[in-house]
Amino acid sequence: MSWETIIQRLPEIQVAMLETFAMIGVAIPLAVLFGTPLGIWLYNHAPGGISPTPKSHAIVSGVVNMVRSFPFLILLIAIIPFTRLLVGTSVGTAAAIVPLTINAIPYFARLVEQNITQLGPGAVEASRAMGATRGQIIRNVLLVDAKPAIIGSITITTVSFISYSAMVGLVGGGGIGDLAIRYGYYRYETETMIFACVLMVALVTFAQWSGTRIARWTDKRVTA
Amino acid sequence: MISLRHVSTTFAARGKEPVTAVDDVSLEIPRGSIQGIIGFSGAGKSTLLRNINLLQRPTSGQVWVGETELTSLSSEQLRQARHQIGMIFQGFNLVNNLTVAQNVELSLKFAGVRDAAARRRRAAEALEIVDISEKASGYPAQLSGGQKQRVAIARALATKPEVLLCDEPTSALDPFTTAGVLQYLADVNREFGITVVVVTHEMEVIKALADDVAVMENGRLVERFAAHRLRDTGFTPATSIGRYLVSEGITVDRSGPARQTVSAAEQTQSPAERAEATAATGGPGESAHETPDRILTTVQGGGRL
Repeated sequence: MSWETIIQRLPEIQVAMLETFAMIGVAIPLAVLFGTPLGIWLYNHAPGGISPTPKSHAIVSGVVNMVRSFPFLILLIAIIPFTRLLVGTSVGTAAAIVPLTINAIPYFARLVEQNITQLGPGAVEASRAMGATRGQIIRNVLLVDAKPAIIGSITITTVSFISYSAMVGLVGGGGIGDLAIRYGYYRYETETMIFACVLMVALVTFAQWSGTRIARWTDKRVTA
Repeated sequence: MISLRHVSTTFAARGKEPVTAVDDVSLEIPRGSIQGIIGFSGAGKSTLLRNINLLQRPTSGQVWVGETELTSLSSEQLRQARHQIGMIFQGFNLVNNLTVAQNVELSLKFAGVRDAAARRRRAAEALEIVDISEKASGYPAQLSGGQKQRVAIARALATKPEVLLCDEPTSALDPFTTAGVLQYLADVNREFGITVVVVTHEMEVIKALADDVAVMENGRLVERFAAHRLRDTGFTPATSIGRYLVSEGITVDRSGPARQTVSAAEQTQSPAERAEATAATGGPGESAHETPDRILTTVQGGGRL
């Protein structure tokens, strides 16, 4: 065990950290951007939702399940043509963001759907009685009450996808997890592997800690 | 003010027998009155209340509120009409992540009051009516049940509705708090002339608050009488369900050997059917106040209301 190996690898480690930040920093906001409306849609059109359309709900729900059940590595390969169409290349960090995002959108959408469903029908019913539009109910009631839970879901998604991002080394995506595999595992640089893993643990811990703090801060359901 | 004309509501679930929750009910509620609707769980009284603002659209029949036939409106017109019909619930149904004042402002926002300052002012006024202004910046979790219901009343009143629908408004509250909430409902009725409809299973609530009582059983309106008659000692409702509901208190027989089983017939009977059965087999000289006790002896173990 020597620090020298790690010091030697510092430039690569630095690049890898930036790649991880880039992947998570783009994929998660995109997942929130597209997954939130998708989750609301799923809640809204589910049987028993605000405006139930069981047939189209079944179709969309099926697609969501399909994407979610694909093993990530296979999804990664399967959508290469789409990735190439979108970012012009099938290798590198930018190319890795595409499958990460595709996988994260339905993942996050399901969590949002759960977050809203769990609120129960009471406040929605009261809002309907007050003559609220569907949009008003979603904006002023559901998203307001589900906010702490949705922040929790963003945290869970971030943590999961920090770990997923280690797999995109397969398409040259880079990142700290990939570095742990390439240098640490394949090249028997145990020190590098351990150091990279410690960095990942630190990253996940920080994401979870801040997520929990923000969620608690926005939650008014329990008296402080 | 409110006119229900041959209103029926049937719930049809696939693969199941359709359930008729409201069965051909016609009811006229005069402007400025307090109408009580009483019955057991599953009698259809909550569905009937939801029929008034079309939270539950009736399968057939007409619903009139004021000069408007709600059942003929488009969904957008109905939305507008609902701003004139306030509603409060057993579970209060407040938005937990909004302050008390914001909760009240919500109904104004939904009613199309764009000016934020006007919303704040009118919300403050509404909170004043139910004496809870000092909690305006608090959150629902910091309030007691009675306070939450007062906030819900303020929320319903903020848009200055002509009608206030109350779905089991005090069923989650203790008797002392119940009295307080009912007093506010009575005040609101007297002061603003708001027509109040209260659904409850507690005859005490009807006795304290209502002008007129409608008794429901199995989706049907079986009896109506003036609420003040409940204070007459000699008053006996015409139907067995009415007599049962008028009975005061719950008695449980704790003497003698415990009954091991309740027969299948008894389990499937409604309380009213049990009342009929008991009345049929009962001795002479029965008064309305004896009947319930007899029923309760029969249904012990399963007769909690």
